[in-house]
Amino acid sequence: MPKGAASNLLFHDSDWNFETLSRTYDAIETIALDELHLDVYPNQLEIISSEQMLDAYSSVGMPLMYQHWSFGKRFVFEEHLYRKGRRGLAYELVINSNPCITYLMEENTMAMQALVTAHAAFGHNHFFKNNYLFQQWTDASAILSYMEFAKKYITKCEERYGTSEVEVILDSAHALMDQGVFRYRRPPRLSSEKERERARERLEYEEQTYSDLWRTLPPSPDGHNSKEAERDASERKKALNLPEENLLYFLEKTSLILEPWQRELLRIVRVIAQYFYPQRQTKVMNEGCATFVHYTIMNRLFDQGRISEGSMLEMLHSHSNVVFQPSFDDPRFPGINPYALGFAMMQDIQRVCTDPTPEDRDWFPEIAGSGNWRETLIDAWANHRDESFILQYLSPALIRKFRLFLLTDEAGDNYCEVASIHNERGYQTIRTALARSYDVAANQSDIQVVDVDLLGDRHLRLQHNVKNGILLDEASRDATLRHVRHLWGYDVSLAGVDAETDDVLYECSTAPTSE
Amino acid sequence: MPNFIDRRLNPKDKSLGNRRRFLKRAREELKRTIKEQIKAGKIADVDAEHRVPMPERGVGEPSFQPSPSTGERQYILPGNHEFTPGDRIPKPSARGGASGAGAGTGESEDDFQFVLSRDEVLDLFFEDLELPDMVKLNLKESVAFKPRRAGFATSGSPTNINVGRTMRNSYGRRIALRRPSRADVATIADEIARLEAESNASSAHQKRIEALRQELDKLERRRRRIAYVDPVDIRFNRFEPQPLPNASAVMFCLMDVSASMGEREKDLAKRFFVLLHLFLKRRYKRIDIVFIRHTDEAGEVDENTFFYSKQSGGTVVSTAIEEMLRIIEERYPAREWNIYAAQASDGENSAGDSDLCVSLLHRQVMRLCQYYAYVEIIDERETEIFGTTDNGTSLWRAYRTVDSEWSNFQMTRIARPSDIYPVFRKLFARQPTMQLRTERR
Repeated sequence: MPKGAASNLLFHDSDWNFETLSRTYDAIETIALDELHLDVYPNQLEIISSEQMLDAYSSVGMPLMYQHWSFGKRFVFEEHLYRKGRRGLAYELVINSNPCITYLMEENTMAMQALVTAHAAFGHNHFFKNNYLFQQWTDASAILSYMEFAKKYITKCEERYGTSEVEVILDSAHALMDQGVFRYRRPPRLSSEKERERARERLEYEEQTYSDLWRTLPPSPDGHNSKEAERDASERKKALNLPEENLLYFLEKTSLILEPWQRELLRIVRVIAQYFYPQRQTKVMNEGCATFVHYTIMNRLFDQGRISEGSMLEMLHSHSNVVFQPSFDDPRFPGINPYALGFAMMQDIQRVCTDPTPEDRDWFPEIAGSGNWRETLIDAWANHRDESFILQYLSPALIRKFRLFLLTDEAGDNYCEVASIHNERGYQTIRTALARSYDVAANQSDIQVVDVDLLGDRHLRLQHNVKNGILLDEASRDATLRHVRHLWGYDVSLAGVDAETDDVLYECSTAPTSE
Repeated sequence: MPNFIDRRLNPKDKSLGNRRRFLKRAREELKRTIKEQIKAGKIADVDAEHRVPMPERGVGEPSFQPSPSTGERQYILPGNHEFTPGDRIPKPSARGGASGAGAGTGESEDDFQFVLSRDEVLDLFFEDLELPDMVKLNLKESVAFKPRRAGFATSGSPTNINVGRTMRNSYGRRIALRRPSRADVATIADEIARLEAESNASSAHQKRIEALRQELDKLERRRRRIAYVDPVDIRFNRFEPQPLPNASAVMFCLMDVSASMGEREKDLAKRFFVLLHLFLKRRYKRIDIVFIRHTDEAGEVDENTFFYSKQSGGTVVSTAIEEMLRIIEERYPAREWNIYAAQASDGENSAGDSDLCVSLLHRQVMRLCQYYAYVEIIDERETEIFGTTDNGTSLWRAYRTVDSEWSNFQMTRIARPSDIYPVFRKLFARQPTMQLRTERR
């Protein structure tokens, strides 16, 4: 590198200080906003130590989290792996909030800090702000204050009702977290802090003025005849809005045994589950977006002569570790790496836009050769989730590059069959299958509340719509049902019904008498 | 300019409370599991395994999870080299296939294992058990004392004088007080002798001799006054009697292997003994086990034969007790060994022999033993009849008389594997009888 250019470098060695961080941030920001046209929340970068990173891990990556033993378990687990050197710490952690909070570890070198800034503070940040799922389903500006409320509320409950009382409710609620999100209709927005405060005060007032004596009033003399009861039951059922797929929501609203504070706990768990739901549907895109952004920005900085070759090599080393995809027969194979797939797809889109092959022109007539890869990517980031993104943009060239193939596996057989490989006939099938494997709603067991006889035995009936014959693991199923029963207070049964034939495949119940 | 915040000085260990909660829970869970394991009859495994994996259940977080062994699935995998459509790949057995299964679904529960060492497990297991008469081990019965060097003393018997130390003291004192050495005296004496021999009569010469004589006299007096070895120099070797803790125990396992002891009965007895052995092993540095089995005659056997041989015959219980007494006399003097005995039987005994057993116990065995546990293995159906009453086999009824008189005798009945642990606890629970027993001695 010529000597004159050295003065242009953002940083020279691996030590960092706040001045360097800030100078580098500005350089990255210029590229991100002016050249890549990213649109981000204001950034807040926080420097933390490695212990604090472990802490942050164990509280599901939230800066504020209520206390629960399962987070302790996660900590012990992560620490164990970390201490044994089996797993490194993430270099960064980013929180979908406004302002967007990014954690930088103090142990990182300056080159890593630059990489992380580009990756998290711009890549993830842009994705959080612009992707439609996050826009619709999460409220970035409210989450931190909500978490603060949740933490305080749960601490208060622990003081008032005892830690173990709170713990059993949280245990049960956590078991149903996957069944605690609205998948198809929009959840009610988090009400503002003030409104919540008012609702809580109202509840407390009701608790104070509640008199148990009212319960002992004699029933009205004419009573209910059976016909009336039946009508009532159907009305109640209608009012309950069954079937309901959000188990936690149903229990929170309908359970007859829960105290108001217990309902609030369910609600807290549910809100958090809902908050993380979009992240689960956009893993490939989110990481791909962040990786693509940091890769592009770093290369641009290098081209401008603002990063030394040594730093660039260090970044490339980390980068290639992150996007490494071992083959299926490699002992390190953990599944498809979302970083690798996402990054490759986005680079592929860039290639298709600027330098298409005839094949690309066939497959992507709208974007091939259009040249404006930035707009194409920004549009894709905003309007897709993993499933639709793969379905639309996975190109034959990439399928060949990854040498993807499709295996079908039937439980009864003792072999798997190769259904399609990366050839002309297989592209479509592989693309569709890969997309479907990222459809969270399709891959999760579909369990709904279908019936409850509130005036009779209050037996809660759940139905599992079995797809492709995939049943539930029995041990965890029964354990989870016991959690449902705990929250519901009465017996709960679960029936597995084949989604296509309506045959009942299995039935199980928490009632002691039935099988 | 972004907003930088330095959080490094923020309090660490935010998750400390969570970790505490988790460990508390894990511990409770482990205790429960181990008790269940014992009930399920895996005592020997507990002893054999050095690490016990933390069970998933109590610290597991269940949720509705698809079962990997059902249904049809599709996986997309990278890195195809040789396959063409229609190829069949044998499924890797058991968990090997999971790498494929994880591919599509993305998420799977981590198989978290909380590993405890065997010692920790056993600590949990024996947490609130205590052998009776631990007093004997600590204080009462330290029969042997061994003198141990413990520095020096200023008083003692002449045989214990430590010459080296004494002489060192005396030498120091002599230097400090400037006791004239023999050489000093000799020099002056020589000088006098030389001068006298010169036969010089000058007054200066005489004066010189006179001065030397006075000097010599002074030295002699000084030597006399300052002793070569003074009583204050003397040091004696000091010995302290050190009690030798009687940290060895012998455990006698007496088992009836007569025809009436079937597989079930032997199995129950075995589990009881394993438990007892585990327990004693925790308490004593050195523990011997003597296996005595008996039909109508008794014999000492090794462990394998004890539990697994198929020998059978009639029943004379007293033979086993006699054999035990013989072995105690031969190899395990009661002064040096803590003796424990556990007898398992179905209670069937030949007529009249029970009385002999009781008298043997009364007269000899109970005086020698720290503890004698009798476990009667009965039919499950009998539990309802005999569970609480004193009725039962001849042996049981006979032993009642021993039970009433000796507090270090315990007897109980077992019908199921699940009874063993509670019974064991009952037998070896901390007992308020310890004082009684020591008074009687």
